[in-house]
Amino acid sequence: MLEIDVSKQRGTFASAVVFNSPTPGVTALFGRSGSGKTTTIHMLAGLLRPDRGHIRIDDTVLFDAARGIDVPAERRGIGYVFQDARLFPHLSVRDNLRYGERRARGRRQTLKFTDVVELLGIAALLARRPAGLSGGERQRVAIGRALLAQPRLLLLDEPLAAIDVARRGELLPYLEGLRDRFSLPMVLVSHQFEEVLRLAGEVVVLDNGSVIGHGDVITMSQSPALRAIIGDELLGAVVEGITSDIDATSGLAQIRVGAGELLVEAAQLHSGQRVRVQLLARDLILALAPPTGLSVRNSLAGVITRLEPDGAHAWLVFTDTGGATLMVRVSEAARTALQLVAGQRVWVLVKAVSLRGHVFPGAPPPPQG
Amino acid sequence: MLLDAGEWQALRLSLEVALWSLLWNLPVATAVAWVLVRRRFPGRTLFDAFVHLPLVLPPVLTGYLLLILCGTRGPIGGWLQRAFGIHLIFTTAGTVLAVTVMTFPLMVRAIRLTLEGIDAGLEEAARTLGAGPLDRFLSITLPLMLPGILAGAVTAFAAGLGEFGAVITFVSNIPGQTRTLPLALYTALQTPDGDAAAARLAIVSFSLGLAGLVLSEFLSRALRNQLGRGTF
Repeated sequence: MLEIDVSKQRGTFASAVVFNSPTPGVTALFGRSGSGKTTTIHMLAGLLRPDRGHIRIDDTVLFDAARGIDVPAERRGIGYVFQDARLFPHLSVRDNLRYGERRARGRRQTLKFTDVVELLGIAALLARRPAGLSGGERQRVAIGRALLAQPRLLLLDEPLAAIDVARRGELLPYLEGLRDRFSLPMVLVSHQFEEVLRLAGEVVVLDNGSVIGHGDVITMSQSPALRAIIGDELLGAVVEGITSDIDATSGLAQIRVGAGELLVEAAQLHSGQRVRVQLLARDLILALAPPTGLSVRNSLAGVITRLEPDGAHAWLVFTDTGGATLMVRVSEAARTALQLVAGQRVWVLVKAVSLRGHVFPGAPPPPQG
Repeated sequence: MLLDAGEWQALRLSLEVALWSLLWNLPVATAVAWVLVRRRFPGRTLFDAFVHLPLVLPPVLTGYLLLILCGTRGPIGGWLQRAFGIHLIFTTAGTVLAVTVMTFPLMVRAIRLTLEGIDAGLEEAARTLGAGPLDRFLSITLPLMLPGILAGAVTAFAAGLGEFGAVITFVSNIPGQTRTLPLALYTALQTPDGDAAAARLAIVSFSLGLAGLVLSEFLSRALRNQLGRGTF
């Protein structure tokens, strides 16, 4: 368990951050720029001293203002992957990687040089200097360097921010591999919900220096805290399921979601895989009867649990489809016409193709205990 | 071109004095530059100005201040003499001190300039990788400062060869003890029939200064390439 409860005043910006997160596990700190995400992980790393509070990882106290404990950053054993990589320009990639490893003597060497190099695909870069690397390569080397210092916690500060938008997709699989292969607790700072969806088990939403929401990704995807930050376009409930059947002719994969089945494009999926799907609220359609004669492949039966106003002229309809909650955005006019109320039986329609780009294989295992 | 014995002596003394003052200056100037760039403390601006004073004061005044402080009856000079038997007035040691003080700001400036170009974030990264303060300095900051340190060292050395005002004021003009190249040149100019000697000394001084500047530029360029190189 990572426990943090700290406050810090910097000029006019006050931050007061309290949350616990499971170890191992990936926790995302999510929020707009200037919401206090980087300040928070600086305090975790020991690069910034909180005014009060405490920070603990498992049984180790890293900071406790009341007891006068403040373990210096160099002895915290917390890896930090900076936004701008910060590779040492006078050292080769190999020596950058070895920098932390050499100084981790005494700590158990669980992460091996060859494993890390292979996982990150940087074997061909070892003899090179940082100046000649691309943004993505630099970031991978920075991750490897942090890992080889044998940290008990890895902090990633917007690891994709310094990479061209077109090439961001290339780094994400490495981060997923990292999460799945080494059971290393990670805190990921991000202001892009897709990164969070692909990597994190838990989300802590920060706004203006304090935590406005905290929970697992599925719960948080339906929370008003997150809604306030990601905006209407990306709003959508997240569901998790296991692919059961892949149909080669139709190119569709079946995913069990709640009591129903969801058909999605099968590219890059194989059967028996845990996946996460985000169903955007604006892409979903509600029907009062089981639909016939439509091109829509997906229809999930469910019961309306509650309705929340979404702006002046729209509503979010929360529908339980046998264990999985979906959020559907309907207009005020539609709600009146269909007389939607809680407890009503409905069918949620989803176009399989609307899920393109919203299916994320290799969802993290469900949190234990 | 042949120098006479006195001229050789002046050249050797100049080189010796410049080298010694360089050795004294290297660690101190590196430390002071680091403090000025990386530390924030009350009185920093005043300290900064103090460090640079020898650049703007008339050298004769610097020499005079040294005489007051480090002369036989000065607070520092008196103590050095009582405690260690070190005489500064009219000695090579005093010449080294005068040259050290005069070239110190040159070195600090050169080192400081490189240090300002080094991202403090690199030291932060080294910290999170387990490097303590001294370790960080030796493994990251110092190697990245090398181009500035080398450039500063060469410039200070070249300037040290030619320091005149502070030396002649503080330790006078004594052959074999304090008569460096510029003092020898000055003496030659004051002597009837000294023209040939003056010309020889002028050529030597000129060549040394030029060689120093070229070497400094060459070294810092080579180091920059070393740091910035890509594939190889």
